[in-house]
Amino acid sequence: MAKKDRTLARKEFWMGVRGELPILLGVTPFGMIYGVLALSAGLTPLESQAMSSVVFAGSSQFMLVQLVNLGTPVLIMIATGFVINLRHALYSLSVAPYLKGLSPLWKVLLSYLLTDEAYAVTIMRLQHQEQSEYKHWFLLGSGIALWSCWQLSTAAGIFLGAQVPPGWGLDFTLALTFIALAVPAISDTPALLAAIVAGITSILTRGLPYKLNLIAAAIAGITVGLWRDQK
Amino acid sequence: MNTFWFVMLAVGLLTFLTRLSFILLQDKWQPPSIVTRGLRFVPVAVLTAIFVPEILLVENNIALSFSNMRLLAGLIAILVAYKTKSALWTISIGMGAFWLLTWLF
Repeated sequence: MAKKDRTLARKEFWMGVRGELPILLGVTPFGMIYGVLALSAGLTPLESQAMSSVVFAGSSQFMLVQLVNLGTPVLIMIATGFVINLRHALYSLSVAPYLKGLSPLWKVLLSYLLTDEAYAVTIMRLQHQEQSEYKHWFLLGSGIALWSCWQLSTAAGIFLGAQVPPGWGLDFTLALTFIALAVPAISDTPALLAAIVAGITSILTRGLPYKLNLIAAAIAGITVGLWRDQK
Repeated sequence: MNTFWFVMLAVGLLTFLTRLSFILLQDKWQPPSIVTRGLRFVPVAVLTAIFVPEILLVENNIALSFSNMRLLAGLIAILVAYKTKSALWTISIGMGAFWLLTWLF
């Protein structure tokens, strides 16, 4: 890489890190709670920590910990963990055009880092009209920032264990994190309608197994958004 | 290898492949234009679908009441997010409101 390119790439990387930082305020307590729950479900500290880098997806990690506790059959656990994460296919579809032509190594690395929180912050940058050949470095920055925070907060939860008081309602930070990510992304009326319809559908279809209500809600919201866009 | 490691590795691999899927396919397959146009709604639709049950449901039942502190604090957070567009303010004021409300009532 020429010197100018290196500078631009580095700039995107740090923009990604900075963009992710405020979100980490909500992610940290959540990672700690995961660490505490994993231990109390009977996982070893090593297993609890390893899951945060092997699976690296908060909602399915929480679900798996609960299922272990209930003594759920292996195949059901795998199917559940997989289906909960299906929404990531939408993220993959959404960032794909911007990662076209990158080397397989880049694609593998950025896919591994494509979590809810890194995606939500990065997609704003990718869709921004400013042209740059280095926007994938932004995802690398936001992804690494989130990854590091998730590993450290898991470790903190494992270390502190029962000293994290359940009465503080720290799990509420999950909802707050997603509010902080979703609301600023509502840029016009079709997007507002998509959000409202997705929220309502998610509630109405909550009886579906494997959290498939998230997929139903995404499809309903996107369809209504598209329909309103046509008018 | 015990069973839990097997579960963890399987879910990890499947999750990774899900995230990789369209990023890898992109060079060989182009989605129809209706799909491309719908993609801009992915963040708002998915993120909203995740947080609404978190603030609206108590033990899987809809709790539209003033005794649901998560709903009240969540609405305050939505307002802060709309006004400031700042994640830092949204999360800290939202959590502060939640603690204040549970302490008051």
